[in-house]
Amino acid sequence: MTRLLPTPSQTVGPYLSIGLPWPDGPHVVPEGTPGAFWIRGTVRDGNGDPVPDAMIETWQADPEGGFAHPDDPRGAPGSEFRGFGRCPTDGDGTYEILTLLPGVVPGEGGTTQAPHIDVSVFARGLLNRVVTRIYFEDQDNSADPVLATVPAERRGTLIAAKTEDGYRFDVRLQGDGETVFFSV
Amino acid sequence: MATPTELRLPRYGQEPEGTHPPLDSAGYRSTALRHPKQDLVLLPQMLTEVTGPLLGPGRLNELDNDLTRQHAGEPQGQRIIVTGRLLDGEGRPVRDSLVEIWQANAGGRYRHTGDRWPSPLDPNFDGVGRTLTDSDGRYTFTTIKPGAYPWKNHDNAWRPAHIHFSVFGSAFTQRLVTQMYFPDDPLFSQDPIFNSIPDEKARQRMVSRYDHEITQSEWALGFQFDIVLRGRDASVFEEEEDEDE
Repeated sequence: MTRLLPTPSQTVGPYLSIGLPWPDGPHVVPEGTPGAFWIRGTVRDGNGDPVPDAMIETWQADPEGGFAHPDDPRGAPGSEFRGFGRCPTDGDGTYEILTLLPGVVPGEGGTTQAPHIDVSVFARGLLNRVVTRIYFEDQDNSADPVLATVPAERRGTLIAAKTEDGYRFDVRLQGDGETVFFSV
Repeated sequence: MATPTELRLPRYGQEPEGTHPPLDSAGYRSTALRHPKQDLVLLPQMLTEVTGPLLGPGRLNELDNDLTRQHAGEPQGQRIIVTGRLLDGEGRPVRDSLVEIWQANAGGRYRHTGDRWPSPLDPNFDGVGRTLTDSDGRYTFTTIKPGAYPWKNHDNAWRPAHIHFSVFGSAFTQRLVTQMYFPDDPLFSQDPIFNSIPDEKARQRMVSRYDHEITQSEWALGFQFDIVLRGRDASVFEEEEDEDE
């Protein structure tokens, strides 16, 4: 079979906010959903300056660890959970996502993954998205097979800190405390 | 429900070297402070990565795929029809998938408060469109040809005319944002964003093709632009048999 070669990635440019955000994008679940919390954070560049023309997208399991997707071999989950969040950064480089804690997700070979959220970061100056993961400081992350592959001294960049109404997860694109980014 | 050892997941193949731009691309100055300097860590493809949001018609309004009809009047500029197929690396159509576009107006100006290029705004053009691919993976937009515009990246820098495309595919690993360019643009040679793609053949995959079949008499020029996402590996990863139900 002839394989087709992929279309290259390009930057979203400085004006992504005219085309990509949705009014309900930051709401993975509606406000008032029991158990919902805010994940907020600031995207910063190599100078530590906030990035006002970035966008965060999140993808995660539902609270039972299920995905409403045909490639989840465990079958349809019990909820209609969208699992997807999208928020541009504001003038202060800050985004926010209202969501629920994802459940434990199976890994390979009998392992389980700690609750986590996959994250894409898009911005002017990023020619391709960069990918990271959010874990939660008050969950048991000790046996997570992905965190285990990250150098111990950098794992903290993937752990969201508890706040009054949810968690804080900052993204540092470059420099001191640079976020761990993954190749997918 | 299957136990974790019985998970059988698709695998998405690696993309060929040179397809995507290096995050550190000195010619495009904005990458300087925004590219990670630490090595990327390999993320194994597990459930979160091989699934992705399936965003259906709930995201769409009736006129989202016709950017020339979103206001009382018609926008200025050359009306065009842009159509193509969303495919994966095996040539399979990616169906029912959300395609989003945004672009400058005919004078090269975006409807964005940050765009200070003194070309007039067009009251009849937002430059924003959405549609879903059909069962053949095809999408179609009616819009106007965007203009080139200057930017401050380098001396006498002008962006070639382009339309931004955002596509989801069906898995987190397939998510793609790209730009569609127009054939034979004289500005390609000096554009560091277009030229950030190392491989010449890969660059050409971002250039649409004029299509006289799509062109409509006394109405609009037609362009074809297929988008190819990363495909699944031919050999599906399998573990021991078998699910019990």
